[in-house]
Amino acid sequence: MTQAEIKLCSLLLQEHFGEIVEKIGVHLIRTGSQPLRVIAHDTGTSLDQVKKALCVLVQHNLVSYQVHKRGVVEYEAQCSRVLRMLRYPRYIYTTKTLYSDTGELIVEELLLNGKLTMSAVVKKVADRLTETMEDGKTMDYAEVSNTFVRLADTHFVQRCPSVPTTENSDPGPPPPAPTLVINEKDMYLVPKLSLIGKGKRRRSSDEDAAGEPKAKRPKYTTDNKEPIPDDGIYWQANLDRFHQHFRDQAIVSAVANRMDQTSSEIVRTMLRMSEITTSSSAPFTQPLSSNELEFVGKSGDSGGGMYVINLHKALASLATATLESVVQERFGSRCARIFRLVLQKKHIEQKQVEDFAMIPAKEAKDMLYKMLSENFMSLQEIPKTPDHAPSRTFYLYTVNILSAARMLLHRCYKSIANLIERRQFETKENKRLLEKSQRVEAIIASMQATGAEEAQLQEIEEMITAPERQQLETLKRNVNKLDASEIQVDETIFLLESYIECTMKRQ
Amino acid sequence: MASRGGGRGRGRGQLTFNVEAVGIGKGDALPPPTLQPSPLFPPLEFRPVPLPSGEEGEYVLALKQELRGAMRQLPYFIRPAVPKRDVERYSDKYQMSGPIDNAIDWNPDWRRLPRELKIRVRKLQKERITILLPKRPPKTTEDKEETIQKLEKKEEEVTSEEDEEKEEEEEKEEEEEEEYDEEEHEEETDYIMSYFDNGEDFGGDSDDNMDEAIY
Repeated sequence: MTQAEIKLCSLLLQEHFGEIVEKIGVHLIRTGSQPLRVIAHDTGTSLDQVKKALCVLVQHNLVSYQVHKRGVVEYEAQCSRVLRMLRYPRYIYTTKTLYSDTGELIVEELLLNGKLTMSAVVKKVADRLTETMEDGKTMDYAEVSNTFVRLADTHFVQRCPSVPTTENSDPGPPPPAPTLVINEKDMYLVPKLSLIGKGKRRRSSDEDAAGEPKAKRPKYTTDNKEPIPDDGIYWQANLDRFHQHFRDQAIVSAVANRMDQTSSEIVRTMLRMSEITTSSSAPFTQPLSSNELEFVGKSGDSGGGMYVINLHKALASLATATLESVVQERFGSRCARIFRLVLQKKHIEQKQVEDFAMIPAKEAKDMLYKMLSENFMSLQEIPKTPDHAPSRTFYLYTVNILSAARMLLHRCYKSIANLIERRQFETKENKRLLEKSQRVEAIIASMQATGAEEAQLQEIEEMITAPERQQLETLKRNVNKLDASEIQVDETIFLLESYIECTMKRQ
Repeated sequence: MASRGGGRGRGRGQLTFNVEAVGIGKGDALPPPTLQPSPLFPPLEFRPVPLPSGEEGEYVLALKQELRGAMRQLPYFIRPAVPKRDVERYSDKYQMSGPIDNAIDWNPDWRRLPRELKIRVRKLQKERITILLPKRPPKTTEDKEETIQKLEKKEEEVTSEEDEEKEEEEEKEEEEEEEYDEEEHEEETDYIMSYFDNGEDFGGDSDDNMDEAIY
């Protein structure tokens, strides 16, 4: 784990879970697998705090544990999983586009809570939907369950590994920690539940109580007193499936940009048909029969021609396009021209660069060195004589896409860390002002609820002076910009990571 | 790479490779040596591309900020313990500062977690005794509570089994104590906790139109 990644993980954990969890999480990421007492000792936090933090981390699938011999349990953190937290809004938005509000809330609840049982999810989502509906209407559990089943069928949610059920009563001491197993077949198997019920509003109690059937008694506190039918079966969001979806989207839009709309539709259909049958990291999709396209290669002749989409090539060209656009935005279009030239020619000498790119020598030299110093390009030495004398060696410029992608990815992590830090700094600077405005809003809201007059409301609003209002506006604008930039950088990270992962698998 | 350690043996100003090949002509002034680290915010040569706006961008942005806020409110957000103030104040009784010392707010499925992660509440009781000195010793009330709970809460969720049954029973009771602690806490104060109003969110909870004015 690079320093930049660790820093980013630390910021993310701190923002979402607090400082204690952050300390433990970062320590685990840095040092690898460790048992409980060592963690407490090394970080200098009390044992109880460490326990709390580990509970939270395990619940959210950020830390996994393993039982070693002599009963020692070691905990290991997944750094890449922590970095996924940046992408949560994107997952939720995607579900919204595919399965509308119900699906969106299901995935949101699963992401916020780490893992949940199906009945818990359905209940929470129904409650939330009922809140937003008009008075008198409630959300039926059946609808929510249907959406949940659809999500499971398309593999967007999956079952967590569960405790193995041991039939025999173990006479000896039970293991200190359960070893969780999951059967491939069962991963998307939805348990048969008959969830009858309707969502509940938080405040109104009487009108819903009458409509509640005997199956679920209305309870506002945690209903752990009732036996839950699907006890022990927990579900989590299947991030790999989302990534597959994003990748398909990126490919389809790339094809649409290069060629026309119809070709992109064809590619989209091919991808959709192979959604579930292909695992997320396969370099080729299952062969189907369709028309010919650029990323598509022919893989056989049965059934009128079998075609595959060359996913690796598609990802490679997406990554290359990203690199090109970064060079263009950072160094200018002339540099971009040189970059594309070197990409095309693979290896090229400095003199040739000047000739082919039609750029004056001095400028070309300057730009090449700039890109070289930023590691977008590298030099390849080809000696003419066995003693590698520098005066008799060819130096060729070349672009190694994999290493350039890695370098760019590292920069992305750094830049997101900077964005988050700056946002936190801005918020901290104006903390006093923010708190004041929140208080004023609360006062206004309560006064409106109790029917105050216009004049009084006006008076309260004037508690915030005009320059302060200005300051608040600027703050809000800046924070929004920083947030939007984070989301944007995360998209780049996704592309680069997919490309690197795909290439590594091939080797 | 090729230019390091240039010409120390032969004479100054001579490099091991042919300078012309790299492109520095004879007599060209080399750029001045850099004597300090590069500036922190170098001036941007080109303006950055505008951020995506439009419905999707705005929605995802709002979602992101909402998620951030929501996660802070969830029980998974562990706040560091509030440092004890120098003098014990009367209002401390009325301020429920989050989960009682070291317990967690939410109930994970203990069957899925290693046993060692469970926080024993037994320690908690001792700490409580030291902190709340002026109050009557909670021990006597605990005994009564224990017997009542033994009878009442037999169908509590089964925790992972311990070696001795006794320990298990005691642990079960302690776990229930955890839930009961709040009520005990409440009982020891003079007033019912839920009636206490901090004053910061006055009137915010009631939906009905109250006829009397609020001051």
